[in-house]
Amino acid sequence: MVGSAVLIALLLGTWQFAVSVLEVSSFILPAPAAVGRSLVDVVTSPGTWMHVRVTLVEVVGGFAVALAAGIATGVVLGRVPWLERATRPALVAFQVVPKVAFVPVLVIWFGFGPTSKIVMAAILAFLPIALNVLLGVRSVDKGHRDVMRGLGAGRWATFRDLELPTTLPYVFTGAEVAIVFAVIGAVVGEYLGGNAGLGFVVVRSLNALDAPRLFAVIVLLTLIGVVLHAAVATARCLAVPWHDGVVVGRR
Amino acid sequence: MTTDSEALERTRTGAVAGLRVTAVDKVFDTRRGRVEALRGVDLSIGRGEFVAVLGRSGCGKTTLLRILGGLLAPTRGTVEAGGRSIRRPDGTRDDRVLSDVGMVFQDPNLFPWYTVADNVALPLKLRGVGRLERRKRAEELCERFGLRGFAAAYPRELSGGMRQRAALARAVSCDPSVLLMDEPFGALDAVTRDRMDLELQELHDAAGATTVFVTHSIPEAVLLADRVVLLTARPGRVRSIVEVPLARPRSIEVETTAEFGNAVRTLRRLLDEDGPR
Repeated sequence: MVGSAVLIALLLGTWQFAVSVLEVSSFILPAPAAVGRSLVDVVTSPGTWMHVRVTLVEVVGGFAVALAAGIATGVVLGRVPWLERATRPALVAFQVVPKVAFVPVLVIWFGFGPTSKIVMAAILAFLPIALNVLLGVRSVDKGHRDVMRGLGAGRWATFRDLELPTTLPYVFTGAEVAIVFAVIGAVVGEYLGGNAGLGFVVVRSLNALDAPRLFAVIVLLTLIGVVLHAAVATARCLAVPWHDGVVVGRR
Repeated sequence: MTTDSEALERTRTGAVAGLRVTAVDKVFDTRRGRVEALRGVDLSIGRGEFVAVLGRSGCGKTTLLRILGGLLAPTRGTVEAGGRSIRRPDGTRDDRVLSDVGMVFQDPNLFPWYTVADNVALPLKLRGVGRLERRKRAEELCERFGLRGFAAAYPRELSGGMRQRAALARAVSCDPSVLLMDEPFGALDAVTRDRMDLELQELHDAAGATTVFVTHSIPEAVLLADRVVLLTARPGRVRSIVEVPLARPRSIEVETTAEFGNAVRTLRRLLDEDGPR
């Protein structure tokens, strides 16, 4: 904690130094104080919260869609090896394609409203979840399976007591990456179309040549990302308290 | 030493306590070709009997145990409990014939997401025993297997010996009539292993489950078993069956007696005759 505080102070100091001593143009790099004033301004203006709400709805909506689709895809592909082999080229292609390039297409398909942003967020958040769940479904320990079979466990019991608990940590690992990707998807979507959301505010600040506000909105977006990620991490601690990764993180 | 079908009778739970293996072959098709693991294994195990299966590494001991537990299907031959095959025609285990079997593996195989109590009570859960009753039984079992105070702990907080105790407690939690154990104490230190052996003997004397115990330790086999079944190197066949003429209960001091020494010598000679590897 102390280390982080020192580091942040150092960063702010360097920043202020660059502006006041090296005389970097205030348009390229506004002073920290100016950004701070803009941040207060942004946070206190009622219009901002409408944009925050729009972005949040897009991020959470896209994340939810990705979670459902990703889990379903991961489970099916994990269970059906031939289907996984058959779809592997498509998955690889989907992995390497620059997905934000689809934003204009999504605007054509879904319009300038929030739907195209939700779809973009979902597309970005989908793969980390699907691939992790796929791995999780495959990771059921052979010895554990022997225990269940030795006890004559049925399909439902095997799922409840073995497969679900094995896969759950992988779901959360994917979700922690996915929530960050969903923020990226929504904001990039807002850059390129529409008239609401924090991404739109960024573009509007740019057009007004208001650099401090631009930086302030980025700070606000970062805070939103941190809060959302913390929410997923907390859910993980509650859902899989036994998991080693969680324990290490706590210590 | 033969145990005929009269011995293979039903126990109080309606399940079967004796096992009969007839002409079992097991061939694995691996990437590097066919591996013959077992050939023509015949074996009768009486109700309540303690049989140790002894052999060198890779002789098919584990394979035999997995076939007995219904985890593997034999390539040829049958495994019967009470005169009925433990497998359905489609090859899956018939739980009407063999359901109350407890298995202990080389690894404890405890579920890291459950506490020790929940692990121990897992077989009860699968049988539909209610939560309160399960908790009560789990507490009793933890007490009995030296896990007092660890019921609420997770497996990763236990030592290796305690994990294997928990695995043993889980295996006997629903009072099985057949107990199958695959080198359960192989990874433990010598002192812990001796203690676990004696505890297992106590458990067997009290509960009387038919027990098949796979090991590669000759002294451990002699200490525990009524009969020791010796398997040859691959493919595994029954080399010979040696009765252990030691009275029960046996203490660890029995290892210094002449009878014990004789039994160990006999088994060692038989294993050596199997040829060097």
